[in-house]
Amino acid sequence: MKLQLDAEALYAELLVGVRNLLQPEAVLVGIWSGGAWLAERLHADLGLPGRPGVISSALHRDDFGSRGLAAASATQLPFEIEGRHIVLVDDVLYTGRTIRAVINELYDFGRPASVRLAVLVDRGGRELPIEAGFAAARIVLPPTQSLELARAEGGRLSFSLQERR
Amino acid sequence: MAARRNPQLNAHGELIHLLSVEGLPREVLTRILDTAGTFLSVSEREVKKVPLLRGKSVFNLFFENSTRTRTTFEIAAKRLSADVFNLDISRSSTAKGESLLDTIANLSAMHADMFVVRHSESGAPHLIAQHCAPHVHVVNAGDGRHAHPTQGLLDMYTIRHYKRDFTRLSVTVVGDIVHSRVARSDIHALVTLGVPDIRAVGPKTLVPGDLAAMGVRVCHDMTEGIRDADVVIMLRLQNERMSGAMLPSASEYFKTYGLTPEKLALARPDAIVMHPGPINRGVEIDSAVADGAQSVILPQVGFGIAVRMAVMSMIAGNSA
Repeated sequence: MKLQLDAEALYAELLVGVRNLLQPEAVLVGIWSGGAWLAERLHADLGLPGRPGVISSALHRDDFGSRGLAAASATQLPFEIEGRHIVLVDDVLYTGRTIRAVINELYDFGRPASVRLAVLVDRGGRELPIEAGFAAARIVLPPTQSLELARAEGGRLSFSLQERR
Repeated sequence: MAARRNPQLNAHGELIHLLSVEGLPREVLTRILDTAGTFLSVSEREVKKVPLLRGKSVFNLFFENSTRTRTTFEIAAKRLSADVFNLDISRSSTAKGESLLDTIANLSAMHADMFVVRHSESGAPHLIAQHCAPHVHVVNAGDGRHAHPTQGLLDMYTIRHYKRDFTRLSVTVVGDIVHSRVARSDIHALVTLGVPDIRAVGPKTLVPGDLAAMGVRVCHDMTEGIRDADVVIMLRLQNERMSGAMLPSASEYFKTYGLTPEKLALARPDAIVMHPGPINRGVEIDSAVADGAQSVILPQVGFGIAVRMAVMSMIAGNSA
């Protein structure tokens, strides 16, 4: 199946969407790894001060018992979380389990004032009551397929669709 | 007959027990060090706890006393949200004559998920790993003269933290190498991680001659052994060795092999000094060195907790 998702075009929409979601003093936190690339780029394009945060779901995943520890990736939040407005950024929103884990991880650092979510693609299939405040595209994919964001050396983003093993 | 598999790894090559550094491939060691890096920051969070081992029961079985090692394992397990049970085995059932495997069978009946084992007999953790249920994991917290793999790994984490690249380092291990499970684990790890120049320094009675076969240079002269080293690992001189004929006296030992600022000056100017603790000031190390700018003895302690969290979470997540 030919994939019709142009990640670069969707990024332009995400930029507009995130600008609208951002409250004063809000910070961007990208979900490792695809979301972190997006947050880094959004941070620069929006001219935000400091550095964006990177957050990993690895330590709060609910599939640890069956899949073990996910590849090492450390959360880095170079700002106070307590009382902050946070915009989480991810590439693909699917079951919502990663977002649940990431929100738990966020709370290990403090109590944010609010948490919003912006994603490049919402592919449906939610298993938890979690929704994005902004999604640049909404599509429906069968559970047998996995949608992955890739970043080329020059920074160019693209999507690839694979059959799950 | 099927090829004998390393009992620490499952069929996919994933870590299920940590019994010894020996025999673990470089990728597994590197994975443990990378994972420890993730956990290092957990201890600095507002909430110093992650839920990976929530609902799991970790039993600390210390057949030989070691408050410090037991405490670091306990902290690591608690930061992973495990329930930790400390058994003072040396004073309980074993003293009443129960066999090691009967003790394990009993604790397994209490639904243990992990055993952290310290034992004076080499091979005890290995024996437990062979006889426990498939879902139970074993970590060796030091067995006889054999191995102390988490100490070896935390030493490697420390070296990598300060020196980055293993493949261009000179590492000197000084002291009672023949009785030291730490030295053994360190040397195996250094070899596996590709350190080109490993030196073992100490008196003839305390340095085994067969180290050369592992690519280790044996030096009985401290000056020669420490020259241009990037890393100096000092071992604790175990007081109990003093009573035998192995050493003349503590002060004699300090004169020849104790690390003083003068001797350290022969190493590279940016060399780091490590020690597994507890240190004997004035026996194997001078206070000026132990408290000096090149000492990383206290950072080692923090790295030790992160490394133990990494090991416990990795093995708990893999099945036999």
